[in-house]
Amino acid sequence: MTAVAETPSPARAAAPARGPAEAVRWPALVAFGALLLRDARVLTRERWRFLIRTVSQPLMLVFVFTYVFPTIGQELRAFDGQASFSDILVPGVIAITMLIKGVQSVALPLVDDFGYTREIEDRIMAPLPVWAVAVEKIVAGALQGLVAVVVVFPIVALVPAEPVSLDISWGHLLAVGLLAPFVGASLGLALGTLVTPKQVPMMFSVIILPVTFLGATYFPWTQLEAIPWLQWAVLINPLVYLSEGFRMALTSLPSMPPAAIYAGLLLCGGLTAAIGLWGFRRRVLA
Amino acid sequence: MTTTPAPAGAAAATAGDAAHPADGGAPAPMIATEALTKVFPSGLRAVDGVDLTVAPGEFFGLLGPNGAGKTTIIGMLTTRVQPTAGRARVAGVDVVAQPARAKRVIGVVPQTNTLDRSLSVRENLHYHARFFAYGRRQAAERAEALLEQFRLTDKRDVLVDELSGGMAQRLMIARALMHEPAMLFLDEPTVGLDPQSRIALWELLSELNEDGQTVLLTTHYMEEADHLCDRVAIMDHGHVLAADSPAELKRTVDAEAIVRVAAPGRSEVEPPSPDQLARLRGVLAAVPGVRWAEVRDGQVECHADSARGLLPRLVTAAEEAGTGISDLSVSEPSLETVFVSLTGRELRE
Repeated sequence: MTAVAETPSPARAAAPARGPAEAVRWPALVAFGALLLRDARVLTRERWRFLIRTVSQPLMLVFVFTYVFPTIGQELRAFDGQASFSDILVPGVIAITMLIKGVQSVALPLVDDFGYTREIEDRIMAPLPVWAVAVEKIVAGALQGLVAVVVVFPIVALVPAEPVSLDISWGHLLAVGLLAPFVGASLGLALGTLVTPKQVPMMFSVIILPVTFLGATYFPWTQLEAIPWLQWAVLINPLVYLSEGFRMALTSLPSMPPAAIYAGLLLCGGLTAAIGLWGFRRRVLA
Repeated sequence: MTTTPAPAGAAAATAGDAAHPADGGAPAPMIATEALTKVFPSGLRAVDGVDLTVAPGEFFGLLGPNGAGKTTIIGMLTTRVQPTAGRARVAGVDVVAQPARAKRVIGVVPQTNTLDRSLSVRENLHYHARFFAYGRRQAAERAEALLEQFRLTDKRDVLVDELSGGMAQRLMIARALMHEPAMLFLDEPTVGLDPQSRIALWELLSELNEDGQTVLLTTHYMEEADHLCDRVAIMDHGHVLAADSPAELKRTVDAEAIVRVAAPGRSEVEPPSPDQLARLRGVLAAVPGVRWAEVRDGQVECHADSARGLLPRLVTAAEEAGTGISDLSVSEPSLETVFVSLTGRELRE
């Protein structure tokens, strides 16, 4: 059916490949780094927005619960009055910050990308495999999570009326501090590829709100002994492992056993990353 | 890589190679597809066994109505759509087996604005080059050069939201060219542009091609394909119906001239009745020199070997038959006519 008479003489036989990527040993790795550079550039351009979005929730939480409450005689205490509420809240707020950052920096932009702007198309055309573009999203989100915690930490340490008593175990802090932002960013990737723009408000009501309220942020998971069904049910919540992890790393309060925390972090991170990578590929390739 | 083994049905590939006898210097095709097919999960056969060959330096057009499969072909050639069957190579790279490598040799201008809204005009180019391993200085220099070439220097520091449609389209093309791709793809590049911007874009694309850039564009505007392309593949329902130079395609339409004849209605506002048109068609079809005539869009269309001396004969015949003629226009066959003769339908529905 196809009828081709002849191919006109080419104006010039262009060399098939001409850019510097041909001379680079790992062009995909260079592209990956450049994608991170691009994200860093956007972050510095939007630094004030980033700061405000990062600080507002932790500041409000800490201010109301650990400054206003004790000051007006409405103090909350934990472990039968043995521990101040700020000691409970500090690891919880740091965990929430990392998780929310994953949603803010990975999920929400992706939802817009897939839903309206299709900006992602250009990054998909960068010379690296599609899965690597998705992994870059996780890495960039995790780095933002770390930056966010650096910003938030002074607030949670200084705002409470009663001094926060920290008991840092550096090994756990390093391990949890590296794993937690990846869990947050992977969850962000999974949500970002599964949720449509119309579903975003619903996502906040149905997923984010229960996750943050039942994520062992306002209470230690060990104290849920009193409500056994809930203690079991919240184990599907990734935030529980982040909160308990930071509780273990930052305070001397009882926490979930370390093995369970690390297993939870790895499992939640691995599962959400797998869903995210699958979802990303599904949204990008036809 | 110079000679692709030609399976049955790879007519275009073989023909393309045959055009360059084995003199050792035959250029490898820039694009070569063999029986390229895409069936979507819905069951839609968007592209059905397409064989295409595009030579280096060529300006190639895929012309067809919406839904013909043009965008799906571009999607497959640019690694975004996974073929159900068949093979595709761009600049010698198998796009299915080596997508990341294929992306290095292609530049893509998609249908919608996919500029990075978080970055300035200059940064859109700069970071794109960085993706392709350009160093910081190299990327900066190339960005400035392309901003200049695409008349965007004034806008270099604004966010892309502030660009007009024409400017955004120019920036998308500049971005696609940042990494010096061997093959430039444009999917319906002039849709939504005002006529002035469209002409400007045509000039720009022609210049790029004159400078040696191989280009493949899809369009449903036949004037666009006619004006720009060295060769055009006419597509419908996932098939390539014909692929050749616009002039050659038009020659396949069995007429040198098409005369459209309008008949007067019974009053100023009333169009001629179908009976009237049918009678006029019969009269005109019998005029010597007219090969055939048909009623189309309230007019009679006469396909003739030549317009020379034909018009007076048409007028006389219509007067003698008592039907009369109210208007008469002569045109050469266009790609539209080619499409109609191939499919029996208008290009634009």
